Amino acid sequence: MLNQNIKLNTKIFSENVEKETARKGFGEGLVIAADKDKKIVGLCADLNESTFMHLFANKYPERFIQVGVAEQNLVTVASGLAAMGKIPFASSYAMFSPGRNWEQVRTTIALNNQPVKIVGSHVGVSVGADGGTHQMLEDIALMRILPNMVILSPCDAIEAKKATIEAAKINKPVYIRLPRDKTPLITTEETPFEIGKAQIFFAPPMQAQAGIIVTGSMVYNAIIAAQKFAEKGISVKVLNISSIRPLDFESIISIAKEAGVIVSVEEHQIVGGFGSAVAEVLVQNYPVPMELIGVHDKFGQSGTPSELAEHYHLNVQDIEKAVEKVMARKK
Amino acid sequence: MVQINEEKLKWLEEKARDIRISIIEMLVEAESGHSAGALGMADIFATLYFYILRHDPTNPLWEGRDRLILSNGHICPVLYASLAHSGYFPLEELKTLRKFGSRLQGHPDRRFLQFLETTSGPLGLGLSQAVGMCLADRIDNGKYSAKQFYCIISDGELDEGNTWEGMMLGAKEKLQNLTVIIDRNNIQINGFTENIMPLEPLKEKCEAFNWHVQAINGHNFHEIVNAVKEAQAVFNKPSIIIANTIPGKGVSFMENKYEWHGKAPNKEEGGKAVEELRKNNA
Repeated sequence: MLNQNIKLNTKIFSENVEKETARKGFGEGLVIAADKDKKIVGLCADLNESTFMHLFANKYPERFIQVGVAEQNLVTVASGLAAMGKIPFASSYAMFSPGRNWEQVRTTIALNNQPVKIVGSHVGVSVGADGGTHQMLEDIALMRILPNMVILSPCDAIEAKKATIEAAKINKPVYIRLPRDKTPLITTEETPFEIGKAQIFFAPPMQAQAGIIVTGSMVYNAIIAAQKFAEKGISVKVLNISSIRPLDFESIISIAKEAGVIVSVEEHQIVGGFGSAVAEVLVQNYPVPMELIGVHDKFGQSGTPSELAEHYHLNVQDIEKAVEKVMARKK
Repeated sequence: MVQINEEKLKWLEEKARDIRISIIEMLVEAESGHSAGALGMADIFATLYFYILRHDPTNPLWEGRDRLILSNGHICPVLYASLAHSGYFPLEELKTLRKFGSRLQGHPDRRFLQFLETTSGPLGLGLSQAVGMCLADRIDNGKYSAKQFYCIISDGELDEGNTWEGMMLGAKEKLQNLTVIIDRNNIQINGFTENIMPLEPLKEKCEAFNWHVQAINGHNFHEIVNAVKEAQAVFNKPSIIIANTIPGKGVSFMENKYEWHGKAPNKEEGGKAVEELRKNNA
């Protein structure tokens, strides 16, 4: 019931499903893009290895700029590089970029419409032990209100690689959000990827009774939850959205029309986040009952990713409960 | 020492006067805007646009042009007036400053005037962008590139941390084609810089950041030209020119008054200002 038209990873339900960090996918994607396009330059704020910028920096030292622990400088320098025709990829932790440097991003990149690619890693509570100061839960909210900004939220390392390669090709500012932790590989090299296009990842062969619209690190849990419903004879479809801006209105409206109820899932604050973006589409086009899963108005804390997923209600069971709740609201 | 000949000097003086008159006229028309800083930088802008910059008003996006990045965007009347007097657009357009639909937004905005090097106004962002531009040029053309990068910043925006972050990177990368001109007029919105947030010893501070630093009289054309020439002759270091200027320069009732930082003259004040500018430069 995985959508095999798009050649997803058939081992997804196995215990031994391969895991990788989306950050590594970014690092590899950047090198592939840079091999083809000399205009690509890289910048980092003293986090080369943890953002996997080191793969690019080692291969193309003459195109890499180390700015030190200075995220405001990171993006303003990137804007200047873009003004001269470069395609800059600027990486740091999302907490600091776009967390600390939001106004610089707004004025010199979004308003100027410079094709800077801001890569923010360590999003969500799955950052783990580093604690609440480093677990970025507000970045979608910060970035999705900026005109011109494209937001990509890949679901695994392979999609992160493709997102990076595609981001390099478009003459727009892009923000790519990446979790820290290793996550299961859901897609394969053959899975298509297009900015602005959502994809059905899981679809039982009958009409959907509920739809899950999900992004980033939560896609795996959403698929597992849908599979559990399928085993009980309940049809739940999963729509993966890796492009939060531009958002695929058509796919969102289409799944709402078919299923009649929607659950959104994200590793981010519920207020102002991804689910809010989905809700904005639905209330204006095809209102249906909806539940939003994410972090409820709280900051993160130290713990293992699984302890934190449980504490902040981001587990498979939490998605199942939300689906049951929203189905009960069906008229 | 470069000596500007008498004829050229007189011409620059006239250009600076014309720019100042345009600044007053456009601010009167707009009924809001920043007077003091714009007037104070008129001599430097006249020198840049009519003596130093390699640019082509008939081809504003000429790839080989020098880049001038205005960081303290609020003094844009002096930028707009310099562009108009250089022939980038008709003088008549200056009267649209700050009006709906105008290309001359209240703060410089690339969406409306596409050949601006950047959008500016929020302080502390220009120097880092200039560093990025200069770095891009070095990647493409090497350290002996002919292109020069000029960044105008205010003394007030030295309060912003972003400016010093950019200075550290500029020095690290030894951007010898980058010249930052600090408009040292000693005022900011709430008063004198040394009362609001002391910057002195400014020259020593900038030197400690590993830049080549010169302090000049920002109203003396010889000093401006020679400081820029010296900056370009320095290898392996970016340059800062601390241009001591008089805010409101040329209009006696505005000079050195921080109250005129963010205020536009009314019709009567504007008339007096223009009269004074014409008389003193006759």
